[in-house]
Amino acid sequence: MSDFLGLLTTDFIVYALAAGLSLALVAGPLGSFIVWRRMSYFGDTLAHSALLGIAIGLLTSANPQLSIIVSCLFFAFILTVLDRSPKVSTDTLLGILAHSSLALGIVVLALADSVRVNLEAYLFGALLTISESDLVWIIVVALGVGGVLLRFWNEFVAITVHPDIAEIEGTRVDRFNILLVLLIALTIAVSMKIVGVLLITSLLVIPAAAARLLSATPEQMAVRASLIGCVAVVIGLFGAFVVDVPVGPSIVVCATAIFLVLTLARGGKV
Amino acid sequence: MASHEGTTTDSHGGNAQQPLLSAVGIGKHFGDRLVLEGVSFAIHSGQIVTLIGPNGAGKTTLVRIALGLLEADTGTITRREGLRLGYMPQSLHVEPTLPLTVYRFLQLALRGAPKPLDSTEIVATLSLLQIPHLEQAQLTGLSGGELQRVLLARALLRKPHLLVLDEPAQGVDIAGQAELYSLIDTIAETQGCGVLMISHDLHLVMSSTDEVICLNHHVCCHGKPEAVSTDPAYLSLFGAGVTDSLAVYTHHHTHEHDIQGNIVGEGECNHP
Repeated sequence: MSDFLGLLTTDFIVYALAAGLSLALVAGPLGSFIVWRRMSYFGDTLAHSALLGIAIGLLTSANPQLSIIVSCLFFAFILTVLDRSPKVSTDTLLGILAHSSLALGIVVLALADSVRVNLEAYLFGALLTISESDLVWIIVVALGVGGVLLRFWNEFVAITVHPDIAEIEGTRVDRFNILLVLLIALTIAVSMKIVGVLLITSLLVIPAAAARLLSATPEQMAVRASLIGCVAVVIGLFGAFVVDVPVGPSIVVCATAIFLVLTLARGGKV
Repeated sequence: MASHEGTTTDSHGGNAQQPLLSAVGIGKHFGDRLVLEGVSFAIHSGQIVTLIGPNGAGKTTLVRIALGLLEADTGTITRREGLRLGYMPQSLHVEPTLPLTVYRFLQLALRGAPKPLDSTEIVATLSLLQIPHLEQAQLTGLSGGELQRVLLARALLRKPHLLVLDEPAQGVDIAGQAELYSLIDTIAETQGCGVLMISHDLHLVMSSTDEVICLNHHVCCHGKPEAVSTDPAYLSLFGAGVTDSLAVYTHHHTHEHDIQGNIVGEGECNHP
């Protein structure tokens, strides 16, 4: 027992918990929007493109966190612009960009053989190696994204329910659409370290999907998704220690287990 | 965009003579397809204007341009200064993943309002539309008729000067349609707002409509409903058979239902 308490107060555990919980809190409402607006593939694409950002950052020895953010924002912009082209469907466009950016990222990383890179850490997360500056990035972005979501909550819900009515009621739908994409890109960029490129979207989508089963209003769903995400982070983190498995996948498995339990408890109706 | 800015040349602004909204020479292409050409009309306060026309005639496009949701290629839309619009879309698709009660949906209409959210106003509007029992219902579980009333409630909560309705009776059963139109008529009268609506049901809106605009890419004919329904342009567009259907609505009911399905009133009643 004293071992466990000792573990709890270790720096890297405190950092990991703080980072995971910050992300889970903001992932609740943001993930709800991703579910409502069917943007999970969009999130995936941004996450995959983040790997390309890392590769370029390493090659140019720029600040890695900054280069991830820049590449996420860049791809978010590209997707928004290309999405207006009637020649390629959104689905196809995302399919092309998601995998080509992931492949290009891995190729560039391999070419940059001057730097030894732990690819697995980027793909599946390395929550336990989080540094103080990583944590600061995550907390600042979580506070910023959370603040913007709170401030414009009604606008975001209104444009999601019916953009035309929202526009006529005086909300600039285009601007809020772009703002929401920026918030998603930022959140994905800083949460790479936590669960990795391949699993980020699941941390946004699964708690929200689980919370849907318990909610009657958008607000309930957002708050409950945050709570479910926090529970998944805590159990996933300590569970990973107990059975000695990677932390990122362990958190995602926990979130999925919560979703399954809730679904079964509701009689299997999703 | 400048054409939609609601500029007015009248320095006094907002007097009753000035139309709520006027369109002059509106034209619109989608690609090579000409949708609207030289369409002009005006709506004054307290007036009900009905837009009819075959499918693909450009009715919805014209309404979207009037609302400022779409830009016209040519022509100008002029809105009275400070005009508040209420818009009821053809239908509302709510994602099943989005939990939303009727109350929360209506609350969205009051965002950014100068005064704090007012629950009594929502309750009053629901009562006016005879759906107070739906306050805590989920939007995804509503019937067609119930959903249309909820959409109308959302439009009314902004206290609009001009109510724009895109096929308000879509998905509503025949008896409910007549009831819905008479409700719209009553609301327009009591709230003193103008109404612009798209409707296929000329026979239902005849009695309350002040002006009918018959649209098929351009204005084929317009005027009082009685005049339009005998206009050669109208008859060639819809076929002479339509005039017979006007007779349908002089049939007799032995009783009526309200939206909950309860029988209201006894005996015979004539639909207009």
